[in-house]
Amino acid sequence: MDKFTKLDGLVAPLDRANVDTDAIIPKQFLKSIKRSGFGPNAFDEWRYLNHGEPGMDNSKRPVNPDFVLNQPRYHGASVLLTRENFGCGSSREHAPWALLDYGFRAIIAPSFADIFFNNCFKNGILPIKLDAAIVDQLFNEVAGQEGYKLTVDLENQVVVTPSGQRIAFEVDAHRKYCLLNGFDDIGLTLRHVDAIKAFEAKYKVAQPWLFN
Amino acid sequence: MAKTLYDKLWESHVVHQEADGTALIYIDRHLVHEVTSPQAFEGLKLAGRKPWRVGSILAVPDHNVPTTDRSSGVSGIADPISRLQVETLDQNCTDFGVTEFKMNDQRQGIVHVIGPEQGATLPGMTVVCGDSHTSTHGAFGALAHGIGTSEVEHVLATQCLVAKKSKAMQVKVEGQLQKGVTAKDIALAVIGKIGTAGGTGYAIEFAGSAIRGLSMEGRMTLCNMAIEAGARAGMVAVDDITIDYVKGRPFAPKAEQWDAAVAYWRMLHSDEGAKFDAVVELKAGDIQPQVTWGTSPEMVVEVSGRVPDLAQAKDDVQRGDWERAYAYMGLQANMRISEINIDKVFIGSCTNSRIEDLRAAATVAKGRKVAANVKLALVVPGSGLVKAQAEQEGLDKIFKEAGFEWREPGCSMCLAMNADRLEPGERCASTSNRNFEGRQGQGGRTHLVSPEMAAAAAIAGHFVDVRNF
Repeated sequence: MDKFTKLDGLVAPLDRANVDTDAIIPKQFLKSIKRSGFGPNAFDEWRYLNHGEPGMDNSKRPVNPDFVLNQPRYHGASVLLTRENFGCGSSREHAPWALLDYGFRAIIAPSFADIFFNNCFKNGILPIKLDAAIVDQLFNEVAGQEGYKLTVDLENQVVVTPSGQRIAFEVDAHRKYCLLNGFDDIGLTLRHVDAIKAFEAKYKVAQPWLFN
Repeated sequence: MAKTLYDKLWESHVVHQEADGTALIYIDRHLVHEVTSPQAFEGLKLAGRKPWRVGSILAVPDHNVPTTDRSSGVSGIADPISRLQVETLDQNCTDFGVTEFKMNDQRQGIVHVIGPEQGATLPGMTVVCGDSHTSTHGAFGALAHGIGTSEVEHVLATQCLVAKKSKAMQVKVEGQLQKGVTAKDIALAVIGKIGTAGGTGYAIEFAGSAIRGLSMEGRMTLCNMAIEAGARAGMVAVDDITIDYVKGRPFAPKAEQWDAAVAYWRMLHSDEGAKFDAVVELKAGDIQPQVTWGTSPEMVVEVSGRVPDLAQAKDDVQRGDWERAYAYMGLQANMRISEINIDKVFIGSCTNSRIEDLRAAATVAKGRKVAANVKLALVVPGSGLVKAQAEQEGLDKIFKEAGFEWREPGCSMCLAMNADRLEPGERCASTSNRNFEGRQGQGGRTHLVSPEMAAAAAIAGHFVDVRNF
């Protein structure tokens, strides 16, 4: 996993609530047995005018000019600004894989669905919860200024706007530590091998039917 | 101190806890399907690791499998990418010695149907699967939830999950359900009340006399849709209904182990006076048959109701969502739900494909015919064993005589990863769990209902109150 320390990124606004993981990456692309290559199909049904299938040359497909991420001013965005309950629905990790492959490293919303939120941290994406009123303000600022960028500073847990406004955010200590260092959980968990083995031994005596 | 069921399940599985509350939770049962596991197995192989406890894993292909003729086996799956995914699961299970019910095994079926059916899901367990509808298994007084693929690999490698304890919500449903009102209607009514984010950050315990009165099938339907209310986990306390269901199943404990297990399972309920962070109450008698009208499960009304008017929206964000939903669904505000005609019907999915669901739908379909405007009405049993049981009871004949198609088990048109799907603009009465844009096929329009309501809609050609049917 890539480290996440500080990001100075162009912001793209996706002004919808309840964006589900089926919308982020439609089911036909879940047939892949790889972790990479989902970026060109992120938001596929909104982004293109024809139906997408795996294996298509996406560069030749007709794009939907009305979809916000297709506007040239948002090309190269690495911060996604969106509304409440982002990432609801399916647990598919293909959703954060697609967003990461597209280029997003940070997502700002008033709230996120639990499983998606968790999956982001496993892939070096920082999801940031901010008050709905602040999110509203950011939507207005993005609309009003082409090339609008935000600085996301994980170490100091702050988002800085172009005018210098500093917006603090919360993040779990464990998740922050993993992101700052690019650590994945398996390596960290295996430091507790003895504790797991001890737990298992005791547990096997108490509930032997779980080990049949 | 009085504990909730969730407290008990959580505390009995903590292996290690950090100062910030991040914990390592021991996992008892790991269910695996073909869509969310290949990258996890690959990760395991690349790191030179093996599954920590291979006996805890049960695998099954369900999302990509055809529901039509399977006589030529996996090589007969028409879509080469789907075929490769199923073959990859088979290969990974062979390589690591994982128990798998392969596509043409009679025990094959939807992962959330076969776990309980086999007794692989037991009270008191932690159950995970790379699938959000893993909440289903909480019906057994288990802590069960969906995980991402990185976590699938983590559980394979360490038998543990890194997690933080959620808040606890009690959804209390007291009283008697009206005839024709089901667990599916309770689930949709709860989501209508608290919204699809209402349970975010919570584990939900469903309680109250109406829940205790539900069969295990009904409890599974309810817990299945906890995730649609935003909660990763849903659960119901253990009682006689739970224990009777588990007894004698292939993976369930036997002989003296059975008695010890039952003694333990009897403690799996919230204590009198246990504190919840949130309580939501519904009166069972007030719940009507539900139909979703929009593109989120919270866009739901009673069958006697109408598509809501923008004036009823709570804010601008919701107004925008509703306007997009009207356009996508091809509906206008204030239309009567009973005036919405349908093109297809899907009875199946991890929500509603168990024997009781099929019996309920067959009771409605018996001696009647699918309406002429309905192009396709599918019944997809949740497992090969459900299918066999239904055939033994003659349900297949009832469905076929009424004009339904009787298929092989799998996820099918719940998410249309196989060949079963809606075409653009087609409208479906579906017993599945998600009505998101494109969920059942690009441009497809999904209305979520109970099995009884889906069968009634198939016969009438439009939504109809099954209580008057």
